[in-house]
Amino acid sequence: MALFDEKVSSQLKSILSGMKSDIQLAFFTQEIECPMCRETRLFLEEFCALSGKLTLSVYDFVKDKEKAETHRVDKIPAIVVLDSKGNDTGIKFYGLPGGYEINSFIKSLLEASGQKEELPALLMSRVMAIKKDIHIQVFVTLSCPFCPAAVMAAHRLALENPNIRADMVESTTFVPLAVRYGVQSVPMTVINETQKLIGAQPIERLVEAIENA
Amino acid sequence: MDFNINMTAFSTEHRTVPLQSSVLYDVIIIGGGPAALTAAVYCMRKGVKTGLIAKDIGGQVGETSGIENYLGYKYIEGHELVNKFAEHVKQFEIGFKEGIGVSRIIDGKEKSIILESGEQYRAKAIILATGSKWKKLNVPGEDKLIGKGVAYCAICDAPFFAEKRVVVVGGGNSGVEAAIDLAKVATSVTVVQFLDALTADKILLDKLKEFSNVKVLYEHAVERILGEDRVSGVAIVDRKTQKVQELKVDGIFIQIGLIPNSEMAKGLVEINERGEIIVDCACRTSAEGIFAAGDVTSVPYKQIIIAAGEGAKAALSACDYVMRQ
Repeated sequence: MALFDEKVSSQLKSILSGMKSDIQLAFFTQEIECPMCRETRLFLEEFCALSGKLTLSVYDFVKDKEKAETHRVDKIPAIVVLDSKGNDTGIKFYGLPGGYEINSFIKSLLEASGQKEELPALLMSRVMAIKKDIHIQVFVTLSCPFCPAAVMAAHRLALENPNIRADMVESTTFVPLAVRYGVQSVPMTVINETQKLIGAQPIERLVEAIENA
Repeated sequence: MDFNINMTAFSTEHRTVPLQSSVLYDVIIIGGGPAALTAAVYCMRKGVKTGLIAKDIGGQVGETSGIENYLGYKYIEGHELVNKFAEHVKQFEIGFKEGIGVSRIIDGKEKSIILESGEQYRAKAIILATGSKWKKLNVPGEDKLIGKGVAYCAICDAPFFAEKRVVVVGGGNSGVEAAIDLAKVATSVTVVQFLDALTADKILLDKLKEFSNVKVLYEHAVERILGEDRVSGVAIVDRKTQKVQELKVDGIFIQIGLIPNSEMAKGLVEINERGEIIVDCACRTSAEGIFAAGDVTSVPYKQIIIAAGEGAKAALSACDYVMRQ
């Protein structure tokens, strides 16, 4: 059964027509798919069919171990956003970006394709000055209206600076991970295991937290 | 699976133009909720030179899951109604600035609006429609435990309290809605209500009664939130006997209403003890040429449809003012 009804399909088609360059999506699942892996794959198959600029490659987390390691995928279901040449953009989605999170998914694809507004020059220079490896994990639930903003901010930084990688983590799909970080309210952003930001903070606050990480 | 697409954020079909510092606007509207957006439509239709500064298009409507009391829609999701509002506004060539708040307003015959970024805009009249935000309890333990069991958004955070015990503070519509969302997943939900009755709509109270794991404590107040790294309980006081008891719970959802976003208006216009901007029946504030509408004002009953109506009134009032200048 189709996940998108006619209205959602046509809305997505019209938004995705704004993509500039091609985007490849690498999806990691496994031979005997977990229920959420299957659902996420079906979502991606349907989603990618809505734009000629999107291609989907499906990988097996176990068999394609090397590929998973290249993209530093450590759990499934995982969606890795690659540019038109197959280079890693640093943007990942762990779990199905449905509900409100469809907005961060669309936004990240548009931005990765080149359809983006410039960041203020001062902020941009701070972002580019980040030299150490930064791993941002944004914990969300799909019924959280504030979460996409936190994900978009993290992904935007990952896109701009190759030293930064950013994951959306759907908390109910990865419960043990959410428990490990003590997530009790979303969005919660974890930076390099040390810094935690609660709530959807402006991108400036996120940059500040990275500078302190 | 639902997909709550925020069409307006991605729409390229709009006629809005960037707000300009060099232009003296007739009316600048501050806010992005139903009051501000309705005011924008009315001002544009009147033909006055209009600007809109919105931190967040949709305001609280975008945070609401289902809406069942906005006429014309028996049921509509919050984000969908926001899409419709924004689409309606963006058909106009309105000066538009999104994603940033106002830090200060300087009054005068010509009014200056200074944004958080320092940018400055000018207008003959201003409509303040900045809405309101969740109110804190202001009890010990609350700030320390935010995100560690203290929560304000039940639809966001309910999944973390599956099979756990929670307290909901507040017996109005938002408290009862939160209790319903939580009762579906939590083992027990205790609603702590300050008054001797729940004040939520009957339709919500009926829904709440369907759950056997919900208990209501009337005339009780939360005195402190217990726990070091995470919430372990709450101390509540019986307002009649003054007796204090501790409830062992894993989470506390605070739904005690809203406080107006009126910081920028302090010292500019008269504000009541609740922090609301005082307006007369034509949405005029105490300062000439400054109007206000919606949840930020002293108008009773914070409802989408009321905010929208007030926005229309403020716009007509502001247009009148500008034309008489």
